[in-house]
Amino acid sequence: MATYLEINKKQVNEEKWEEPFYINMGPQHPSTHGVLRLFLELEGETIINCTPIIGYLHRGVEKLGETLNYNQAIVLSDRLDYIASAANNTAFALAFEKLMGLEVPRRAKLLRTIVCEMARICNHLLWLATHALDIGAMTVFLYCFRDREWLLNIYEKICGARLTHSYVRVGGVRQDFTQEIIDELYKFTEEFPPRIYDYEILIDVNRIWLKRTKGIAVVPPEDAINLGLTGPCLRGSGIAYDVRKFRPYDAYGEVDFVVPTGKNGDTYDRYRVRMEELRQSNSIIRQCLDKLPETQGEPVLAENAPDLLMPEKVKEPKPQPVPKKGVIFRGVEKPIVPVGEAFASIESPKGELAVYVVSDGSNKPWRLRIRTPSFVHISAIPYMAKNHMVADLIAIIGTLDIVLGDSDR
Amino acid sequence: MGDLIDKLIFLGIAAGSLLVIALLHVAYLTYAERKIIGRMQQRLGPNRVGPRGLLQPIADMVKLLTKEDLVPYGVDKPVFYIAPFISLVCAGTGVALIPIWKKFVLSNINVGILFILALSSLSAYGVILSGWASNSRYALLGGLRASAQVISYEIAMSLALLSVVLMAGSLNLMDIVKAQINSPYKIYLIPQIIAFYVFIISAIAECNRVPFDLPEAETELVAGYFVEYSAMRFAIFYLAEYFGMVVMSALAVTCFLGGWIGPFEIPYIPFFWFLIKLYIILFIYIWVRATLPRYRYDQLMGLGWKVLIPVAIINLFLTAVLKLIF
Repeated sequence: MATYLEINKKQVNEEKWEEPFYINMGPQHPSTHGVLRLFLELEGETIINCTPIIGYLHRGVEKLGETLNYNQAIVLSDRLDYIASAANNTAFALAFEKLMGLEVPRRAKLLRTIVCEMARICNHLLWLATHALDIGAMTVFLYCFRDREWLLNIYEKICGARLTHSYVRVGGVRQDFTQEIIDELYKFTEEFPPRIYDYEILIDVNRIWLKRTKGIAVVPPEDAINLGLTGPCLRGSGIAYDVRKFRPYDAYGEVDFVVPTGKNGDTYDRYRVRMEELRQSNSIIRQCLDKLPETQGEPVLAENAPDLLMPEKVKEPKPQPVPKKGVIFRGVEKPIVPVGEAFASIESPKGELAVYVVSDGSNKPWRLRIRTPSFVHISAIPYMAKNHMVADLIAIIGTLDIVLGDSDR
Repeated sequence: MGDLIDKLIFLGIAAGSLLVIALLHVAYLTYAERKIIGRMQQRLGPNRVGPRGLLQPIADMVKLLTKEDLVPYGVDKPVFYIAPFISLVCAGTGVALIPIWKKFVLSNINVGILFILALSSLSAYGVILSGWASNSRYALLGGLRASAQVISYEIAMSLALLSVVLMAGSLNLMDIVKAQINSPYKIYLIPQIIAFYVFIISAIAECNRVPFDLPEAETELVAGYFVEYSAMRFAIFYLAEYFGMVVMSALAVTCFLGGWIGPFEIPYIPFFWFLIKLYIILFIYIWVRATLPRYRYDQLMGLGWKVLIPVAIINLFLTAVLKLIF
């Protein structure tokens, strides 16, 4: 990888006048999916070297998490991968629950599974939309957004927020589904599969699309493991690794689903894997909805879950004007978090999302470490982009499905 | 002397009205494109300015005229200023050569097709020069792509038109239209279907439209050759693109669809059939844009050189042989 110093040296060296063409892509570029910056070394339009530069969206989520109590840290997780926030919430909640030794009620597990799979559908729809737009098919973009809008509206009915909703919390979920939401979800699961078919006939039989995706950015299975790819990117290379199958969390142990895999490990296979995952997610939602009546009336929050309470004496304005806006944590008076450490990993729509948390017994994490898929996937860009053209680089960024909020944290 | 003045006045009025009509077409082509693509994508398109958004093109024009004209540091100023106008003039002049009706063509020169082809090659200079003068690497890449693309696709386009010329036996656009009366349905579409196919694809590439919009690939090169332009100069590039579309579609109508000649005469509206055919071709442009993804640079070259040019040559050869036999 060329650093700036080396480039300057090269430019000074006048004997070698056939210089590569350097171009700076991003951080403000329509198809780098946020504030990713890529420093490209081109020969004609072929990429010789590509250096991703990240950190433009760094907000210090890990450090910030150490200053907030456990339930507040969940809110930070929304801002990681803001496209599929339910998955992030779940990862945080699972780690904290392991730490506190909480047992989540079955109904809460089912509800979590539903919102997680909804997040997966949202994410894959947005991925398909932007990936197709990057390659130039602009109509798919709006079709996908139409369906994503439907899911966001359901989210809004569930908890009042659409994108960063923090619906999942330590010990369960915020509140139960109403019958209206269940009906709406049933309707969605019925109408969604034909729409997946619609997208496929829009682009899957399109010769230009096949030309642009087949044989582009091939990652053999060994290299996929060595690069640390997870999620659909790994499965596209033919390795059926899915955390939902290998270490089932929430209600994934009791639902049937297939882990789709690709063969060639190219952009087209990763596209096929994600399209198949849309169908699987739809079926998982359906199965969970069918199981919901069995758990009717159960609580959705564990008995001993740390709770967010409003201040008890709101009416008395006196003692001191302490700015107690919002909430206080019950654990402040009575620590409920034992000393220790916990690790939880989930299959987020983008790959394996892992949370490691260390507690010193206070109501705040002593150390919070997040392993995000986007960060690892960005490091694979130079490998994948080598000897491809600039137009392929756009397809590669799309196929990796990165979100910079997730990578920079 | 009086005759000359009369002639000049007549010519001025004719040219002026043609220019106004062409400009109106170009302006409302942008509106039609946004509306049609909006419908195809399940949204509304412009609907705020005027009834059903009909004043949108005018509002856009006013907005672009009143914006600040930024010139970035380090550009080659004379070239930077003049490049958009090269594009516009080359694209717009073609309108004068199109026979709209049997009694209305502004300039009935006997090498009409050659002149239009020459103009469309020249319009590539605007793109290349703007890419070069902008002092930006994105613009440079866009300009390079444009030059390669225009050169390769022009050959295919010329070869496709050559078979039409061979059939009609004339380079004059008026004569080409008149020669089509003897063909089935009074158009050259059926005998020259291959040439028509090649021509439409090359014309889309020539106008830098999706799926061949590589010079301005929005998601790769941000905007390609006009990335550094703003305000009216930016708008002029757009005008040139849409003028190019109109001229290319009009050429397709003239050479393949029989120009103003229709199945039956429409009284009082002599341009009726010409316009209907023109709108059909323009609709195809828009339809393609809403449907197809973008080719990659090398794939585009491959398509031009390995598919279109051989097909056009074979078609030309076949036309020549058939012409010889019959």
